[in-house]
Amino acid sequence: MNLIYLVFAMAFVTYIPRMLPMVLLQNVNLPSYVKQFMKLIPFAALGALIFPGVLSSTGANHMEPAIVGCSMAILLAWFERNLIIVVAGGIAGALVMNLLFA
Amino acid sequence: MNQVSEKENFLQGVKAATPIAVGYIPIAITFGLLAKSLGIPSYVSFLMSLLIYAGASQFIGINLIVLGASWWEIVVTTFILNLRHFLMTATLSQKLEKQASRKWRMLLSFGITDETFSVSSFQSQGPLPRYFSLGLNTIAFVSWNIGTWLGLFCASGLPDTVKSSMGIALYVMFIGLLIPQVKKSKSALVVSLLAITINSLSNWLGISNGWGIIIATVFSAAIGAQLFAREESN
Repeated sequence: MNLIYLVFAMAFVTYIPRMLPMVLLQNVNLPSYVKQFMKLIPFAALGALIFPGVLSSTGANHMEPAIVGCSMAILLAWFERNLIIVVAGGIAGALVMNLLFA
Repeated sequence: MNQVSEKENFLQGVKAATPIAVGYIPIAITFGLLAKSLGIPSYVSFLMSLLIYAGASQFIGINLIVLGASWWEIVVTTFILNLRHFLMTATLSQKLEKQASRKWRMLLSFGITDETFSVSSFQSQGPLPRYFSLGLNTIAFVSWNIGTWLGLFCASGLPDTVKSSMGIALYVMFIGLLIPQVKKSKSALVVSLLAITINSLSNWLGISNGWGIIIATVFSAAIGAQLFAREESN
């Protein structure tokens, strides 16, 4: 499998949704259902991306660091909007557990 | 309104990109680190940041590559993941100043991310100057690529416990993006919980990770659009 071609294909399907509406949809009004559907896509995608994948993110039979890191991130994200702090806190939580159980 | 020079607009865009750069560099470092630790060749990760330039897609891309997902799963997941850009660019296409030709639009649209979109949307009351967008997008793009390089170079020196802990970075980034939305919008909460449920169910049924995410995303957004058709129509 040549990964370069995969990267080109990913680049293509990333660029198309960015470019087409910018060039074509300048004055078009989308149906409200479609608008609403697209507005909800990020929340849907994020939910599906996070769970259950997060459980195996620190090793298949090694869920504790993931659970601690995840809880840490949820807690931080609830009070702190800065993404850097959330990411750093989540990694730190997982790291502490990894060090304890290493 | 004042007649502002192109250079001035560009510099204002550069200035507005500072918080984006501060956010992008550590996440791009994480991407570089993670890609390297997962055994993705460095030139592939470098090309990803250069050509794809979409954080979530790149993270999930390398994850799916490592999980052994098929090309179709990876490309379709990437496409689904980026469908939201349709709406963002549709919105921006109407805000962008009339002087922006088709070539300008094709160039500027490459730099549209959740973050550059948000900053552009709240930037000015009137039309969005194309040189402002150019400055904003350039800094965001450059910082993403610099971060990727740093991650790729730093990766080898780190101990295994650190590398293994970095595996969670993608997920905590997503959590960091999702939680503030869930806090302020009921539809965001319901739709993300639906997606989690559907994805867990497809996982349990033995459907592959890639397709599970696609199915969960499409169905929960579609159900949400039905449920919240009236609620937040703006």
